[in-house]
Amino acid sequence: MASIKLRAVVALSGFALACAAQTGQTAAPMKKAAGGAKSAVAADFEKFRDIMAEASPAELFEAKGKELWHTKRGPKNASLEKCDMGLGPGKLKGAYVKLPRYFADAGQVMDAERRIVYCMVTLQGFKEKDLAKKPFSSASKTPDPVSLVTYVAGQSRGMKIAVPQKHAKEREAYKVGEEIFNYRAGPWDFSCATCHGHDGLRIRTQDLPNISKKEGAVAAFEGWPGYRMTGGRMHTLQWRLNDCFRQQRFPEPGYVSETLSDLLTYMGVNANGHVYKGPGIKR
Amino acid sequence: MADPMRIRAAVKDGGVNVKVLMAHEMETGQRKDSAGKPIPAHFIQHVSAMWQGKEVLSANWGPAIAKNPFLEFNFKGGKKGEKIQIIWTDNKGDKRTDEATIN
Repeated sequence: MASIKLRAVVALSGFALACAAQTGQTAAPMKKAAGGAKSAVAADFEKFRDIMAEASPAELFEAKGKELWHTKRGPKNASLEKCDMGLGPGKLKGAYVKLPRYFADAGQVMDAERRIVYCMVTLQGFKEKDLAKKPFSSASKTPDPVSLVTYVAGQSRGMKIAVPQKHAKEREAYKVGEEIFNYRAGPWDFSCATCHGHDGLRIRTQDLPNISKKEGAVAAFEGWPGYRMTGGRMHTLQWRLNDCFRQQRFPEPGYVSETLSDLLTYMGVNANGHVYKGPGIKR
Repeated sequence: MADPMRIRAAVKDGGVNVKVLMAHEMETGQRKDSAGKPIPAHFIQHVSAMWQGKEVLSANWGPAIAKNPFLEFNFKGGKKGEKIQIIWTDNKGDKRTDEATIN
């Protein structure tokens, strides 16, 4: 019994060190928030978020995405109005909260961004490798798929998250996603679950949601796509997951790859039943 | 071309309350890029609000206004169903006009 306890302590301290190194600050190891209650900083930020929600800059990207959606663009000079996000061509109301899902035309489970890229390639004639070159927002540019995802997500504001598990491929995606989530690898022997598989963890002042539980999965699903105050950039879940891989010192996953759809299925299904508030705001 | 604005206007206390969110870089001209070269200033210089062909707000702005600015104001008069128009012009001569219906 004693030896087991000792091993647990050793494992925990190693874990704390790794998470501290991940933040780039040795003086700020990941700690459990006191008594599981929200820290004062987190509470303050929530107040700030409520004020900002009235004039969320994410809405600017929704407006931009709307314009992009209806404009004829690309080598085929077509709009995205015929794009099927799962509820039929051009039907966007409530589509985002039911993604990722299986698409028969592509034969794959796709998340929102993956589907939009698929439509941009098939309907508008864009090349996937061009879209994957610089897929994330920078100081000088917000890629079109980011605005489009924000627009589509905004069309599900106030609707219940209902990621489907009817098709065999959707159930498979959940299983694979769960496995990737728990798969430890890389130079630090990390998995997503290292930081997102327990309650009450944080990195510096940032509370980390436990995505293996409903409450945490909801928190993770809810804020995205999100406008980051730092740098004033709009980001989607593709970026968030990519950055998690990078922070774990994993090889970065391909843009709109199957890996990410699987992980998003795992997260989305865990969050099912909760009301989605629309594109969010991040510090 | 400039990106669209987000305008909300609603009747409130006998007047109209208008909330506008504008998409703009609002670059001050004080910052330098990674190569050490100054990033040229680029900011909204003038904002005006039109209601029934009448200007109800006119503002001169400078580089101290933050990126993606938010503006809220009230004006007297205005009824449900009428239109309000917001126009901004920046220091590069770029211009954007958007319209919303008063709720």
